[in-house]
Amino acid sequence: MSAWRLARLIARKDLRVEVRSRVITNQVLPFAGVTMVIFAFALDADSVLQRVAPGLVWLATMFSLLVLVQRSFAIETDDGALDAMRVAGVDSRAIFFGKALGLAAELIVLEVVLLFAAVILYGQTIEVGSIVLLVTTLIAATCGLAAVGTLYGGLAAGFRGRETLLPLLTLPAVAPVLIGATRAVEAALGTAGAVVSDGWPWVGMLIVFAVAFGVGGSLAFGPLVDE
Amino acid sequence: MTTTDHDLPAQSSAATTSSATGTRATRIIGIAAIVALGWLVAFGLGFSPADRDQEEAVRILYVHVPTIWLAYLAFVVTAVASAMYLFTSKKSLGWDRMAGASAEIGVVFVAVTLAVGAMWGRLTWGVFWQWDARLTTTALLFVTYVGYLAVRRLGGSHHQRARRSSVLGLIAVIEIPLVHWSVRLWRSLHQEATVLDTDGDIDMDGLMLFSLFVGVVAFTLLYVWLMLHRTRTMAMEDIVEDRGLDAALAARRAEGEL
Repeated sequence: MSAWRLARLIARKDLRVEVRSRVITNQVLPFAGVTMVIFAFALDADSVLQRVAPGLVWLATMFSLLVLVQRSFAIETDDGALDAMRVAGVDSRAIFFGKALGLAAELIVLEVVLLFAAVILYGQTIEVGSIVLLVTTLIAATCGLAAVGTLYGGLAAGFRGRETLLPLLTLPAVAPVLIGATRAVEAALGTAGAVVSDGWPWVGMLIVFAVAFGVGGSLAFGPLVDE
Repeated sequence: MTTTDHDLPAQSSAATTSSATGTRATRIIGIAAIVALGWLVAFGLGFSPADRDQEEAVRILYVHVPTIWLAYLAFVVTAVASAMYLFTSKKSLGWDRMAGASAEIGVVFVAVTLAVGAMWGRLTWGVFWQWDARLTTTALLFVTYVGYLAVRRLGGSHHQRARRSSVLGLIAVIEIPLVHWSVRLWRSLHQEATVLDTDGDIDMDGLMLFSLFVGVVAFTLLYVWLMLHRTRTMAMEDIVEDRGLDAALAARRAEGEL
């Protein structure tokens, strides 16, 4: 079986588990929603909220990413599924891309929901002309986040009670995504007078990030989980 | 029962036989480091003049600049030693301990850089912290290597630790430039590099430059001295762990024979 087909199978398995268990719809999405609400408590002014809304969307995404990654690897380690896949001779790169693909699909759903929450709660407007930039940003940022999340999730997965390590490793690594995606979405939503053309250089950065961690992660994942 | 886990590099074989990590060489380097630090105090606080703009605060830079240079060097050593562990066939734990020791010292030096830099910022800019590109990158660099050190402590066998942390030490090589690049795009206020700038000549008073040079020498000696001791201590820690397991196994077997 080719690595790509294996990766798709693993991603499909992950998504099927999530659809059936409903942990994401019942727990992670509400968590992200609550985050958006408590941001409003902390920044108690409509004008401030409007100004920082794109950043808050991505911040909520980062926090939810940590929850999603933990969930994604909890279902692997609980029954020793990760070890079983290794024993079955599944290529570690296939596991990496499969897990990342599943995570990316979940993240995209989450980001779309958070963007709509920003429209409703923070008074953002999405123009038709900025849809292309917005969609490209979401995809590029999601690929980067999924790659980093899978890499460090796999590293922390083998150790019970070591979930505390995940945020420490992940958040500094995804700082470029937070910066780039926030600026690109600001451009797309026209926050503080930004125009759509300002956003594209940031998308370029997000793509470089995603490719770097996609390649680096697929090479590093094997040695990290193979123990 | 013997374990094959501690394949010590030749340089630290002395550490296995003596109970201390000091040798003649480390003592000489240690004394040289103390002398150089004394020199740095004399030049930094005494002989070198106050700056026209920064006034007395300029003296902080004799610590601030050398420590960050040495920290960069330390992280490069970590990356190189990690690569050596991963890509050489012998898989010597000596490389792994070198990477770990260097990262620890690098983290301490970055912490010093950030701390004294905040003091300098308060005196010169009026604030402890500015969200400028270099400061932010340095803060993220610090956190990244704190994470690396945490991963080193995850447990498992020595070779598991070595492989995990060496992979992470190499991921940092991808991560740090990306962070630096993104933060630079984000914003930049930091004063441009004075000594290591691109136009080739150094725009600095002679005595100030000499004080900075003394600082670099002092902290380099300190780094080398700390590295030698720390790698040897790590080798001893590994041996103690192995022996602890062996002793526990022997005790358990002895119980069974009763």
